[in-house]
Amino acid sequence: MLGFLARRIGYLVPVLLAVSLLTFLIASLLPGDLAYAMLGDQATPEAVAGLRHDMGLDRPIWWRYLHWLGGILQGDFGRSFRTGESVLGAILARLPVSLELMLLAEIAGLAIAIPLAMQCAINSGGGVDRLLTGVAFAKLSIPNFMIAILLIYIFAVELRVLPATGYVPFAEDHLGNLRAFVLPALTLAFAEWPVLMRVLRSDMIATLQEDYIALAKAKGLKPRRILFVHALKPSSLTLVTVAGINIGRLIGGTVIVESVFALPGIGRLLIAAIYTRDFMIMQGVVLFVAAGFVIVNFLVDMLYALLDPRIRHAH
Amino acid sequence: MPTSDVDIAAAGLGESRVRISPRLPVLFWLAAGWIGVVLALALTADLLALPSPTDMDMLDKRMPPSAVHWLGTDNLGRDMLARLIFGARISLTVGVAAPLIGLIVGGTLGMLAGYLRGRLETIIVASVDVLLAFPPLVLALALTAYLGQTVANLTYIIGILSIPAFTRVARASTLSIANREFVLAARALGATEARILARELLPNVILPLIAFFLLAVAVTIVVEGALSFLGLGVPPPAPSWGGMIGEGRESLEIAPRIAFLPAGAMFLSVLAFNIVGDTLRAITDPRQASL
Amino acid sequence: MPARPPDRPATSSRETLLVIEDVRVELPTPRGILRAVDGVSLSLGPGRTLGLVGESGSGKSMLSRAIAQLLPRKARLSGRVLFAGEDLTRLGAEPLRRLRGKSIAFVFQDPMTSLNPVLTVGSQIAETLTEHLALDWRAARERAVELLAAVGIPSPEQRLKHYPHQFSGGMRQRVAIAIALSCEPRLLIADEPTTALDVTVQAQILDLLAREQRRRHMALILITHDLSVAAGRTDEVAVMYAGRIVERAPTGALFRAMRMPYTEALIAAIPDLQSAPHTPLRAISGLPPDPTRLGPGCAFAPRCRHADAACHRDRPPMRAAEDGDHHYSCWHPLPARAGVA
Repeated sequence: MLGFLARRIGYLVPVLLAVSLLTFLIASLLPGDLAYAMLGDQATPEAVAGLRHDMGLDRPIWWRYLHWLGGILQGDFGRSFRTGESVLGAILARLPVSLELMLLAEIAGLAIAIPLAMQCAINSGGGVDRLLTGVAFAKLSIPNFMIAILLIYIFAVELRVLPATGYVPFAEDHLGNLRAFVLPALTLAFAEWPVLMRVLRSDMIATLQEDYIALAKAKGLKPRRILFVHALKPSSLTLVTVAGINIGRLIGGTVIVESVFALPGIGRLLIAAIYTRDFMIMQGVVLFVAAGFVIVNFLVDMLYALLDPRIRHAH
Repeated sequence: MPTSDVDIAAAGLGESRVRISPRLPVLFWLAAGWIGVVLALALTADLLALPSPTDMDMLDKRMPPSAVHWLGTDNLGRDMLARLIFGARISLTVGVAAPLIGLIVGGTLGMLAGYLRGRLETIIVASVDVLLAFPPLVLALALTAYLGQTVANLTYIIGILSIPAFTRVARASTLSIANREFVLAARALGATEARILARELLPNVILPLIAFFLLAVAVTIVVEGALSFLGLGVPPPAPSWGGMIGEGRESLEIAPRIAFLPAGAMFLSVLAFNIVGDTLRAITDPRQASL
Repeated sequence: MPARPPDRPATSSRETLLVIEDVRVELPTPRGILRAVDGVSLSLGPGRTLGLVGESGSGKSMLSRAIAQLLPRKARLSGRVLFAGEDLTRLGAEPLRRLRGKSIAFVFQDPMTSLNPVLTVGSQIAETLTEHLALDWRAARERAVELLAAVGIPSPEQRLKHYPHQFSGGMRQRVAIAIALSCEPRLLIADEPTTALDVTVQAQILDLLAREQRRRHMALILITHDLSVAAGRTDEVAVMYAGRIVERAPTGALFRAMRMPYTEALIAAIPDLQSAPHTPLRAISGLPPDPTRLGPGCAFAPRCRHADAACHRDRPPMRAAEDGDHHYSCWHPLPARAGVA
């Protein structure tokens, strides 16, 4: 077990390094120069040269990369050009919002997917099953920003029951906070549920063929008990892993959703940084998000191996 | 669902060899038809007698459909129909060109990795995996921000981001075919590696790749749409469906059609490509199994 | 050769617990309609044991499912199944569910797959008690402990919390039997209960079943492909072939004076511990028939040494032998003679 763990961590570190390198290289794609971008068109060549020297931009690229990486490892992601605030500080301040969004979205997605999947599994091959599977397939063709617009139109514009924007911190106003998250979380959940449902459905169909389900029926147990206790439990392992893997996709989705619904999360930070061409923040957010993505996937892998011993021994 | 024909046939017969129903479902033809219509409109956009998609008419903002403007005008007085059709042109251009990059580059890399194995394979797979370590939308955003917002850049960026997926598909196909008898036979007859790659492998790998290509087109339209929706994709005032949806957001109360017309067009097109791609994938994959 | 079976009088009980009348089970398949059960009629009295014997695919399992109305969705059932006077084929889903587990219980072949791997053994016993006897958690737990002890599992209190994979094969089957016995069913159907177990354990399980049956005055249907299993432990034996009952008799009479050649072949195929080494096994030639393509005549005709044109053409009806309780279905029955040595 420890050997497996060590091997996997050994794989993780080079990936993180590669991610950091790529992020850095992307930043260096900027046509022109960071200093030039900061000072603007009117800057004199001497001012630009001076700033370049101060920022270490006249050093060779490998030096700059190592210097930057060193800073990162010490927690120094640099400072925003516009506001001067610490990049890491800005990220961490907005992290809770994004996390809350992702958590609520995952819960909502599961709440939709589980009952639907169970219905499909019971009805396997029948009308309801085909209908729901078809709907899930069609749903894959609706991107999350479209759903966002649709939900806003229905609930905020027509029915006026939910707010389209307006975030309140949880500490201040529990209910208001959750209200503000309903539409955004639903938007992401609608993007999630087809994938979750499909996986759970096929897993449950397989489970329902098992002998122990036949015996449970022969014991005269209530259908609800058979479904929830005997059938759902063995299938839930797959569900947990898929939900975990999905977190990566959720991260991309939060960027759009936070933008549309004006939630002060990391996604919105990135978009705002792009609009204002605040490259330090952009670079910091990309690195943070990518590294987080890698680490989450790694943890999900670990969890899966923990729960299924065969994976551990296969390597 | 388009795949159900094959599934049912396989399940019913209970045999390892799958017989593919040659009859393609109605849904497939409807989808292909829609794609054809959109393609035709996009290609002939200049020839059609359409108002300019970028002419603003501030007096006629958000007008409902009329004889002059068949689908009304948007929030800056521009003709919706023209914007939809020219938007189709741009969305499809990016939608087809970007995955094409992925297909050519990724497909080649994948085939090489799957066929030649060894160190080359490890290098290719590792490099490609690094790209996959980034959430794709975030990477696309960052790259467009650094490189500049143009349609060309957008195409290259999304194209490059699609390379890993194509590599995987090509490699998996190649791995499953490379050990078949006809490849060994060709080698025994003294064929060069290049010849084997081109003559034996390519025709068999190309089928699942094309199916995947169609699915990738659907995804690309969505990604470009998302970027344009945020204002960070196709640069205004050039029309694109995603951008139109984003612009329509502020007019939801007065004229929801401004957002929903392009949304409908995008949905139908993405759905169509998904259906066609999925049907082809269902056909090509089992065929490989029974080879 | 099994020991000479005890001679039990073939008394017919006045009050029959289970009556099966002309039951047919049909399954649609792409290759045609599969008649898994083709016109079976049986009866069983309370406290009696019926051995249902046949090769794989003879329809014995399907018949047992049909009794409890547990057939797959696509199956079509015709005929009547009377349990304690009530026709189960006409009963609604809810009354049937209440009957199952309480009055009719099952033990399946492989306890590794018939027990839920993610639930404790205790909960799998208790849930039947809670469901059918409305016991509360505490009473159910106590009863579960008693049941585990009754089936011979040591340290039952600790074992309640264990999962099926923590038991050995024989122990698992004992657990399955405990589950089946929990609500004191009137009929227990054991479908190949020992086939998945070691030979040494088989006898123990069968003894357990017999003992519990006597104690609870329970009717038992013992389904098996192994005639020697049926030999010492049943009151009656019914032999099935291709979905039909081809011979039915009190156990002693069957082994002494079998009439149907298939039964004779089955008995002859049992390996004999006393025969010389390297004696070839007397297998039945040919393969079991394709149930979607049964001929018009006797189903066994293609493999029968004594078959003639009439056998292939016409299906033999079920006839009674001299001593009333022995029935067989054959155009050229073996002559009534003294028992097989």
